[in-house]
Amino acid sequence: MSTRSSRSILPGFGLSLGFTVAYLSLIVLLPLSAVFIKTSGMTFAEFWQSVSSPLVVSAYKVTFFASFAAALVNSFFGLIVAWMLVRYSFPGKRVVDALVDLPFALPTAVAGIALTTIYGPTGWIGRWLAPHDIQIAYTPLGVFVALTFIGLPFVVRTLQPVIEELEPELEEASASLGASRFQTVFKVIIPQLFPALIAGTAMAFARSLGEYGSVVFIGANLPMKTQIVPHVIIEKLEQYDYKGATAIATVMLVSSFILLLLINLLQKWSRRYHKI
Amino acid sequence: MKIKHLFSLLAAVALAGTALAKDIELLNVSYDPTREFYVDYNAAFAAHWKAKTGDNVIIKQSHGGSGKQARSVIDGLRADVVTLALANDVNALHKNGNLVPANWQQRLPHDSAPYTSTIVFLVRKSSPFYGKIKDWPDLAQPGVAVITPNPKTSGGAQWNYLAAWEYGRRTYGSDEKAKEFVTKIYKNVPVLDSGARGATTTFAQRGIGDVFISWENEAFLAVKEFGTEKFEIVVPSVSILAQPSVSIVDRVVKRKGTEAVATAYLEYLYSDEAQDIIGKHYYRPTAEKAKAKYANVFAKLELFTIDDAFGGWAKAAATHFADNGTFDQIYLRH
Repeated sequence: MSTRSSRSILPGFGLSLGFTVAYLSLIVLLPLSAVFIKTSGMTFAEFWQSVSSPLVVSAYKVTFFASFAAALVNSFFGLIVAWMLVRYSFPGKRVVDALVDLPFALPTAVAGIALTTIYGPTGWIGRWLAPHDIQIAYTPLGVFVALTFIGLPFVVRTLQPVIEELEPELEEASASLGASRFQTVFKVIIPQLFPALIAGTAMAFARSLGEYGSVVFIGANLPMKTQIVPHVIIEKLEQYDYKGATAIATVMLVSSFILLLLINLLQKWSRRYHKI
Repeated sequence: MKIKHLFSLLAAVALAGTALAKDIELLNVSYDPTREFYVDYNAAFAAHWKAKTGDNVIIKQSHGGSGKQARSVIDGLRADVVTLALANDVNALHKNGNLVPANWQQRLPHDSAPYTSTIVFLVRKSSPFYGKIKDWPDLAQPGVAVITPNPKTSGGAQWNYLAAWEYGRRTYGSDEKAKEFVTKIYKNVPVLDSGARGATTTFAQRGIGDVFISWENEAFLAVKEFGTEKFEIVVPSVSILAQPSVSIVDRVVKRKGTEAVATAYLEYLYSDEAQDIIGKHYYRPTAEKAKAKYANVFAKLELFTIDDAFGGWAKAAATHFADNGTFDQIYLRH
């Protein structure tokens, strides 16, 4: 009797927990633990030397900075796109809706090649920028463009269901109570969307940290300039330096995990703070 | 009696039939620019093997950056033979996992390099530097955009790097001066692709760069494909003798029972027929007959070997391409 009462009302808790743990272990934890085990074969001095060389530190900077900038831009434009897709109807809406998912589906290498073709000095857009001494492909700007491309759907798809849930009545009430448009947007709408906006931005950011395929085409992979961390890892592997590669992977893993944790906390905090 | 005979005859025919129809599959793991050559060679070898033994050999090819390909084999890709860009990548198969014996290079003639190549320049005719690029120092002049892949990920690029280094050492007299010289060249590199094919695409199709440091055979292919009015091959005064290495992967062929056919596959590379195909695909043949036939195709220049100039691959790789090697130092300086 007592065991029965401590159980969840929903049946199947034990079974689904078992599946969840087993599945996550197999798909996520096992490969990740391999990374840590490989690294644990190194002494701390070796580890530190691998992860702190100036070439690697520069790659961390490029990767984190470009990913963050891309996520930030996506959070702004993604919000507009999501709002547009939910609140308005216009001809071709379904097509636009499908277009948003394209970066999900397209192999990233294809995206990289396509972007390089467009933004390269002889490409459709690059050709017009070249006379003004603006170069996108093969510069840090190119890395940023590629990461923006792959991050967009994360923001839009996270925001869409939340915007659908928003009640237009609240905006009407706000307006009828004398709030300006500016106030309605920033005091009524944004606070409700804030947690989802952070979640979507965080996902885009996390995805960008690991992106390899598109960046190797549009970034020039120049050490100290446009080389990203995944490329450094590949470079180490090609040199049969498995330990060095996994050491850097560990740093990426831990720092991404900490960042995502912080973002989750921020999301939780904002949900509480902005509760209406 | 008669019936018994008949049965044994039938059985013999049936057995012979299955023996005749034996299909053998080989996997040749190679590097980027050998794609077209091995398509032709595989057809020739399949015909040769069919005539000799009656068996059908189907050869599958896998191409990519040489280092990456070696790593795939180490990680378990079941390659019967490897035909990689440099001996160092085959050495890696010995060091990481003992897939080939230490003496693999002595098993076939010419240090297991049935064909050789060298490193030349491909110059874009529309470039303002066209006509001004004749030899290695011209790549170091300010303003020239030089395309070459990353030597850490591309076998071909290691040859490029070492060729430039040796030129610098010979011309300016010391390793220190050679490093300065190579640094100047790499400061002129706007894109570091990870493989030879990627770099060819960057140069030929995307139109980036004035000059491309290239495998000789890749340069010939580019000129053939894009036309002599677009690019010109410029041969430097000195370059490196690039010896792409081949070996059977002992561990795999023993398990698959393909040792005999895999060995024959590599040995046939030294035959007159194969050497002719090699020449046709702009690799430098090693057999005298083919050498004579293609003598006018390939420019004569002074070629040095990695053993003479750098004391072998192990030493060259440790000095130049390992962590904090000279290649890393180039980028740390600015």
